[in-house]
Amino acid sequence: MINGLDQIFVIAKGLLLSLLWWAPAWVVQVVSAFVNIAAVLAVFLTLFALISVFERKILARIQNRYGPNRVGPFGLLQPVADGIKMLVKEDIVPRGADKVVHFLAPIAMVAPAILALGVIPYGRNMTAFSIDAGILFFFAVGSATELSVFMAGWSSNNKYSMLGAMRAIAQMVSYEMPLIVTVLPVVMIAGSLSPDRIVDAQAGYILGLIPKWFVLTPWGAAAFLLFFTASLVESNRTPFDLPEGESELVAGHMTEYSGFKYATFFMAEYFGMFAVSGMAVTLFLGGWHAPTAFLQFIPSWIWFFSKLSVLLFTFIWIRGTLPRIRIDQTMKLAWTFMLPMAFTCVIAAAVWHYAAGGILGWLESLAIVSLVYAGLSQILGARRNLSVRIYRFAE
Amino acid sequence: MNLFHLLPFVVIAVITLAGAVAAATLSNLVHAALSLVLSFLGVAAFYFLLGAEFIGLVQVIVYVGAVAVLIVFTILLTRPLPGARKGRNWAGVFVAMAVLAGLLWALHGTTLPASHPLASNALTVLAVGQKLMTAYVWPLQAVGIVLTAALIGAVVLAMEEKR
Amino acid sequence: MDKLSAVIAVSSVLFSIGLMAVITRRDAIFILIGIEMMLAAGNLNLVAFWWYGAHPELLTGAMMAIFTMAIAAGETAVGLALVLAVYRHRRTTQVDELNSLKG
Repeated sequence: MINGLDQIFVIAKGLLLSLLWWAPAWVVQVVSAFVNIAAVLAVFLTLFALISVFERKILARIQNRYGPNRVGPFGLLQPVADGIKMLVKEDIVPRGADKVVHFLAPIAMVAPAILALGVIPYGRNMTAFSIDAGILFFFAVGSATELSVFMAGWSSNNKYSMLGAMRAIAQMVSYEMPLIVTVLPVVMIAGSLSPDRIVDAQAGYILGLIPKWFVLTPWGAAAFLLFFTASLVESNRTPFDLPEGESELVAGHMTEYSGFKYATFFMAEYFGMFAVSGMAVTLFLGGWHAPTAFLQFIPSWIWFFSKLSVLLFTFIWIRGTLPRIRIDQTMKLAWTFMLPMAFTCVIAAAVWHYAAGGILGWLESLAIVSLVYAGLSQILGARRNLSVRIYRFAE
Repeated sequence: MNLFHLLPFVVIAVITLAGAVAAATLSNLVHAALSLVLSFLGVAAFYFLLGAEFIGLVQVIVYVGAVAVLIVFTILLTRPLPGARKGRNWAGVFVAMAVLAGLLWALHGTTLPASHPLASNALTVLAVGQKLMTAYVWPLQAVGIVLTAALIGAVVLAMEEKR
Repeated sequence: MDKLSAVIAVSSVLFSIGLMAVITRRDAIFILIGIEMMLAAGNLNLVAFWWYGAHPELLTGAMMAIFTMAIAAGETAVGLALVLAVYRHRRTTQVDELNSLKG
C-alpha cells in the first residue's frame, strides 16, 4: 500500500527537480545524484551524532552509571560539545611522519564508508544509487578500507601504530571471507546481486502474519549470525577491537592522530557500522518490509531505520558485555569455524531451495546446519579440558 | 569523439599513467605501492568506460583489496635496509622505451576492425555466471585448482621454520 | 585515432612502464609491482578488444580477463611468499645480492 507518507521523500525530490524544467537532461541527472548524496549524508551525519551520545549512555547504563547528562536535556547535545572540542584541538603531526600519507589516511578511510552507504535501499524506491551489482560494489569499497588502515599505521612512524595496523589489516582481511561467503546463499536464493531485488525477494507473508525474511530460515539464521559477527570484526568493535584497544595499544593505528583527523577516523568507523548494519537489514531482515501484513501502513523508511537501530543497539550492547579476544584466537575463529559454517550455509540454502518450500526442505537444511555446527564445536573444542574451576583467592 | 566522451577518457588515462610512472620511479617503497593502487583504480575506471562494470568491480576487489594489501604486508615484514643508492639503470629505461616504440609502431601499422560496441550492457553478472558454468567450466575448475595450489604453496613458503 | 586505438595505446604505455619497473629496479618487491602492472595492462587489452571487436555477445575477452585476474592474484601471493622466505635467509630483498649460485 503505497501511500503519500511512505513516498514523501521521493515526492519531495520530484518537486525539487521539477524546478529545473528548463535544463537539459544531463543537468537534471547530475542534480538528482547530488540531491541523493546530500540526503544520505544529512541523515547519516545526524545518526552519527546521535549514536555517539547514545553509545556512551547505553554503555554507562550497562556499567551502572549515568552517561553524559550535562550538555542539553539528558545529555543529547553532547555531540555539539564533542564537535567543538575536536575542531579546536591542535593538529599534531609527528616529526618523523610521512606528511602526505598521514594526511590522506583519514580521507581514504571515510570515503569508502560513505560510498558503501549509497547502495542500500532505505525505503520503497529510496535507494541512492541503484546499481545492478550493488553487493559487489559494497564489498569492493569495503576492501579499500584496509589500505587506509595501513596508511594510518605506517605514516605515524610509531612501532605500536604499526603493530596495531598489522593486526587490524590481518583481522579485516581474514573476516572478509566469511562476510562474502555468508552473503552467497542470499544472492543464490534471490537470484540477483542488486539490493533492491534482494529486498523484493523477501516480500510477502505466510498467513499474513509471518514475513518471508531470510533470517527466519535455518540457513538464513546461521548466515545472519555469521554476517553479524564478521561485521563486528570489520568495524573493529569489541570483542574484536584488539587493534585499537585502549589498554593494549593506546589507539592502535590512530594513536598519532589528534583533533579533526581523529574525528574523521571515528566517523569512518561509525559509518562503516551503519553501512554493514544497513546491508544486514537488507540481506536478512527484509529491508524496508513490515513484519506483518497488518502493519504495512507504517512507512517503509521507518521500518528500515527501526531495524537499523535494533542492530546498532545490539552492537553497543555487545561492546558493553563481552571481553576482548586475542588476535590469534580471532584468526582461528575466522579460518577454522566461520568459514566452514559459511560454506555449510550455502549448501543448506541450496537444499532448502530445491525442496521447493516443502517442510522436508526446512528440516533437511536445519539438520545440515546443526550437525555441522555440533561437529565443528566438538572438533575445535576437544583440546580444552573444561573442569570445575578452583578459585584460590576469592573466598 | 566529441569532448564529452573524450574528457573522462583523458582524465582516467592521465591518472592511470601518472600512478604507473610514480610506482616505477619513486624510491620510497610505500609511496610506490600507494601509487600502484591509484593506477589500479584508474584501470578499474577504464573497465567502467569500456562497459565491463563487473570486471571493474572485480578488479577493485582483487587488485586493490588483495594484491595491494599483500604487497603492503610484505613491505611491512621485510624492512629494507638503507643501502647505498646507486644511480638509475638507464639502459633499462632505454629498453622499455624501445619496446614501447615497437608496440606503438605495430599499432599504427595495423588496420583495426571498425569499432562497433554493444548497444546494451551484455556483461551482466547473470551472463558471466552462465558462461562460467557452461562454456568455461573446465577453465573454472582449473583456476580453482591453481588457486588452491597457490594458497597452499604461499602458506608453506612463508611459514616459520620449526627450530 | 578511434577509440580502440586510443585504449590500446594507453595499455601499451602501461605495459612498457611495468617493463621499465621490472628491468630497472633492484628490490624484489618493486619487480613484483612491475609484473602486476604488466598483467593489468594485458587485461585492459583483452577487455578493449572484447568491447570493440567482433561478436562481443560471446563474452570471450571478458572471461579471459577474469581468469587472468585470478591467476595474477595467485601468482602475486606465491611471489611475495618467496620474497619473504628469501628475506628470512638473506636479510635482504635486493636482487643484486642474491647471487650465491653464481658459478
